[in-house]
Amino acid sequence: MNQNIKFIQGNEACAEGAIYAGLDFFAGYPITPSTEIAEHLAARLPQKAGKFIQMEDEIASMCAIIGASLTGHKVLTATSGPGFSLMQEALGYAVMAEIPCVIVNVQRGGPSTGIPTHVSQGDVNQARWGTHGDHAIVTLTASNHQDVFATTVEAFNIAETYRTPVILLFDEVVGHMREKLVIPEPGEIATVERLRTSVAEGVDYHPYLPREDGRLPMSDFGHVHRYNVTGLYHDMWGFPSDNPDVVHGLIRHLVDKIENNVNEIALYKELYLDDADYILISYGSSARSARHVIETLRPRGERIGLLELQTLWPFPADIVREKCRNAKYIVVVEMNMGQIRQAVQMAVDDPDRVFLANRIDGVFITPRDIRKLLRVIVGKGV
Amino acid sequence: MAVKDYIRERFFPHIWCAGCGHGIVLNSMIRSIETLGMSKNEIVMVSGIGCSSRICGYVDFHTLHTIHGRALAFATGVKMSKPELNVIVPMGDGDALSIGGNHFIHAARRNIDITAIIMNNRIYGMTGGQYSPLSGAGTLATTAPYHNIDPDFDVVKMAMAAGATFVARTTTYHAKETTDMIRQAILHEGFSVVEVMSQCPTYFGRKNRLGSAVDMMKQMKSITAPIGSKAARENPEIIERGIFCQEEKPEYCSEYDKVIERATQGQGV
Ligand SMILES: Cc1ncc(C[n+]2csc(CCOP(=O)(O)OP(=O)(O)O)c2C)c(N)n1
Ligand code: SF4
Repeated sequence: MNQNIKFIQGNEACAEGAIYAGLDFFAGYPITPSTEIAEHLAARLPQKAGKFIQMEDEIASMCAIIGASLTGHKVLTATSGPGFSLMQEALGYAVMAEIPCVIVNVQRGGPSTGIPTHVSQGDVNQARWGTHGDHAIVTLTASNHQDVFATTVEAFNIAETYRTPVILLFDEVVGHMREKLVIPEPGEIATVERLRTSVAEGVDYHPYLPREDGRLPMSDFGHVHRYNVTGLYHDMWGFPSDNPDVVHGLIRHLVDKIENNVNEIALYKELYLDDADYILISYGSSARSARHVIETLRPRGERIGLLELQTLWPFPADIVREKCRNAKYIVVVEMNMGQIRQAVQMAVDDPDRVFLANRIDGVFITPRDIRKLLRVIVGKGV
Repeated sequence: MAVKDYIRERFFPHIWCAGCGHGIVLNSMIRSIETLGMSKNEIVMVSGIGCSSRICGYVDFHTLHTIHGRALAFATGVKMSKPELNVIVPMGDGDALSIGGNHFIHAARRNIDITAIIMNNRIYGMTGGQYSPLSGAGTLATTAPYHNIDPDFDVVKMAMAAGATFVARTTTYHAKETTDMIRQAILHEGFSVVEVMSQCPTYFGRKNRLGSAVDMMKQMKSITAPIGSKAARENPEIIERGIFCQEEKPEYCSEYDKVIERATQGQGV
């Protein structure tokens, strides 16, 4: 049998994707339903001389990966709701200091300890705004193991390209479900390596002076360029500054480097959108049910289509608006109280067309649930 | 190399008040590094938030000025991912032992080769004089206007109980001793802790009517004595100075190398 074909959990698919992307440092703290990522990497990383450490909590885990990123390594942590809450301050530090790193949140029901072993997609807005202060953030998700693998690789690529933390927002169903994964051959999916400065020893290196294309080449700790990294507003040397021009310039840079590339960062899949009267917009495990609904209703002549979002933040508003232009009904399928529905309403013309088909009781939303809700929304038996 | 070669002159003057003990610690730290003849490229200094943590900005090493209390967690990531680096972590007492207490305990327990320097001024300087876990009962602070009821603890005992393999205490009055202890702490392979009793004349001194910075330093001289000295034996109130523990135990990064060895030889999975 082909060694590259596996029948595994989504959490393991994520761990394998990270290794494919070049992961060499993981720090984490156990929490359901993400723990299998740590367990898998505890075994896999040392096999390739990578480092795994179980820290004393999630705050420490997030901090440790930032430290390891600065020595020139590709880094990951993985958690679920309560741990993700603990990581928020250090996540903001990674935004401010422009540290490439990837954070997995396998969502469970919240708030608080919530419903640990059940599914939810309630952390969408936390991923966007969990840390304090104005900022941009990248958040990706996926609905099946092949995509979990690929978006994990993409998360590392985006982290390196834009020098930013990237959040992978999976959910309990995708994390724990077992299905087939074909691990691609090396090179089949492109991987982005760290951009390091070519400035020679003895020449003044400006760690925080963006090149013309907006990118900032890095220099590893331990190498010839010594500089300061801080969570304070800082100048091109990384030295703290409260000069209004410096502050303004930096916040604009941090937001613009992501928001101006929203279309490059946007990952999505579509099914029958060209002539669709109803469009289901979904993501993560709920997109599996949405897809099922469409595959049943299309053969019966219903003009229904699917837009599956894989990039949640920055929200691909232009793409959503364009795809939904001619739809009569836009139904967002998600397992929360309408977090992406809100973003869709803000994106499309005529937001009265936007409806929500959701479940918020810890139970996975099924195709049957969606069809029942569609009947109510559309007012006929689709 | 001269001491000033370790400084980022571009970023002076520093932010500290006149008479602050933090500058003395900076001086001792640089002198100890100078006597060791270490290359600047092999040193990473990691700090949290507080007046003390600002040390990072002024020294010409790889410097990582992080968030309040978490410096040792960042430092653990730096050290473990690149064990050949020398990692030094200066911290305030609040930074290291209040918000950062858990990270302190676990860094010590792992015996990871990091040098922790606790600049203990018994107060939160940066935020303007609130009590810290090291202020001690009976002291005054902006958040203890009727005298503090929070007991303090002994940093040295805490560090040793948690597993640190080099633990020392000194004061800013004893600058040469401080230099020597930091030197030994850096040389030590394992988690090392140097508590430097320091003065914050602006808040701790003023609130508690301890006089000028010089008065405060003289007081540190009179309330401390070398470990086991006659003065220490005769007066139980005396705080002992010196090296309390210096032992060889398996260091975390070296132990992890063995994990890699076992994993690559296909054992245990
Ligand atoms: C999470 C968080 N909580 C609170 C603060 C505010 N804060 C900044 S420094 C500090 C205490 C500093 O005291 P210490 O660590 O003893 O250092 P010192 O300033 O006395 O050198 C506090 C509470 C912060 N920056 N971050
Ligand atoms: S407030 Fe205290 S600790 Fe801070 S710089 Fe001034 S004297 Fe030093």
